[in-house]
Amino acid sequence: MYEFKYHRPATVRQAANLLLKNEDAKVIAGGHTLLPVMKQRLASPPHLVDLSHIEGLDGIEMKGRSLVIGATATHNSVANSAIVGEAIPALAELAGLIGDPAVRHKGTIGGSLANNDPTADYPAACLALGATIVTNKRRLKPEEFFQGLFTTSLESDEIITKVMFPVPKKAAYIKFRNQASRYALVGVFVAKRPSDVRVAVTGAGSEGVFRVTSFEEALKKRFSPKALDGMTVPSDGLNGDLHGSAEYRAHLIAVLARRAVEAATAKPDASVA
Amino acid sequence: MAKISLVVNGNPVNANIDPRTLLVQFLRENLRLTGTHVGCDTSQCGACVVHLDGKAVKACTTLAVMADGHEVRTIEGLAADGAPLHPMQEAFREHHGLQCGFCTPGMIMTAVDLVHRKGHDLSDHTIREELEGNLCRCTGYQNIVQSIAAGAKAMAKSDLA
Ligand SMILES: Cc1cc2nc3c(=O)[nH]c(=O)nc-3n(C[C@H](O)[C@H](O)[C@H](O)COP(=O)(O)OP(=O)(O)OC[C@H]3O[C@@H](n4cnc5c(N)ncnc54)[C@H](O)[C@@H]3O)c2cc1C
Ligand code: FES
Ligand code: FES
Repeated sequence: MYEFKYHRPATVRQAANLLLKNEDAKVIAGGHTLLPVMKQRLASPPHLVDLSHIEGLDGIEMKGRSLVIGATATHNSVANSAIVGEAIPALAELAGLIGDPAVRHKGTIGGSLANNDPTADYPAACLALGATIVTNKRRLKPEEFFQGLFTTSLESDEIITKVMFPVPKKAAYIKFRNQASRYALVGVFVAKRPSDVRVAVTGAGSEGVFRVTSFEEALKKRFSPKALDGMTVPSDGLNGDLHGSAEYRAHLIAVLARRAVEAATAKPDASVA
Repeated sequence: MAKISLVVNGNPVNANIDPRTLLVQFLRENLRLTGTHVGCDTSQCGACVVHLDGKAVKACTTLAVMADGHEVRTIEGLAADGAPLHPMQEAFREHHGLQCGFCTPGMIMTAVDLVHRKGHDLSDHTIREELEGNLCRCTGYQNIVQSIAAGAKAMAKSDLA
């Protein structure tokens, strides 16, 4: 790892100022993506701004009909939060599927979104649930926020502070794990919202997370696994690599989408929505 | 350089370190607590697991500066020198939960954290799921799973947490 200067701000404002003042400074939250790439010398930020000691940035609460999760909430705290479990159980389950227990004790929702790894789990939840990503500067919809592989619309001095999830009527996430890395080979998040249905796919798209609008329309007419009978997605634009061909991933998307609808319909309607 | 103060295995520790020092390096090289191992450089093997404020974390993927002001417990901190082993250590010995022993400190720290979170009555399925982040190249896991199930039960009757 190359040398860097370490900063531990007490507030988001201080953190943002440190980013402004120090060129190429980066924030670190759980460090479970950033430190591995720094160890491999693929990243060498001269300044690290540690968000993990900013008080109140890891809160989880209901605000009206939205579940609000602070940027430094760990995967473990989301997975075990009674508030999340009641409002959007699919989100708690998703967090519990990330990596392993030690990874979940450190990794954060803000870090996961800012990184926008094409095989990460949270991006699918944000896109399907229509989350709002709140930063120190503005509010972003997932469509504006996710900008392709490992790319977001975050500016260099912009910090995610929280993520707001409107509570859906029903939702489920099904993840087909890569046997080696345990990231998603394909993951499908299905959400039945008051006004529409959304199907978001991670792990498969060569531009990162995306929605399957043909599935969404079929499910809007009838929210049942049967509505997807015979439906497929084209393999154009999907990743093919040693873990699976684009055709295989396309097949998985259809299978997992059906399973996700099945899992979502098996759950009682959320009382809040 | 960065000044840090933390508590390691109950003892206060102060040091002046290069901020890029990993927690595992700090424990092994500065404090000579070499029970915590490094088995990979991809954050996947779990040989380096320690407890940070009571939670299992990978010391190879944590900066020592980030532990400033916090509490760390390593395999050396489970039972006092010369005293009887911690029940989880004893269970690994009794049930042949190790061969070369390289993964063992991480396995045991992960197992103790698991008992703290999920209690003393653990199914094989739960144990296997929870060992997701700990790799062993020798045992084939069967005896590790048995050791953890037995160690979890023994911890209920022990004063050592
Ligand atoms: C062994 C292993 C297995 C894993 N398995 C999975 C998996 O199955 N699924 C999955 O989704 N992920 C997985 N991960 C990744 C894990 O979820 C990471 O924790 C997460 O991607 C990054 O979160 P972090 O808090 O550790 O971020 P960091 O590593 O601290 O930061 C990552 C990036 O985000 C930026 N950043 C962090 N916080 C903010 C913020 N609030 N605002 C703006 N920018 C910010 C940083 O500058 C950096 O560029 C795995 C990681 C490991 C090591
Ligand atoms: S050395 Fe930490 S996970 Fe392998
Ligand atoms: S006992 Fe040798 S690696 Fe596990």
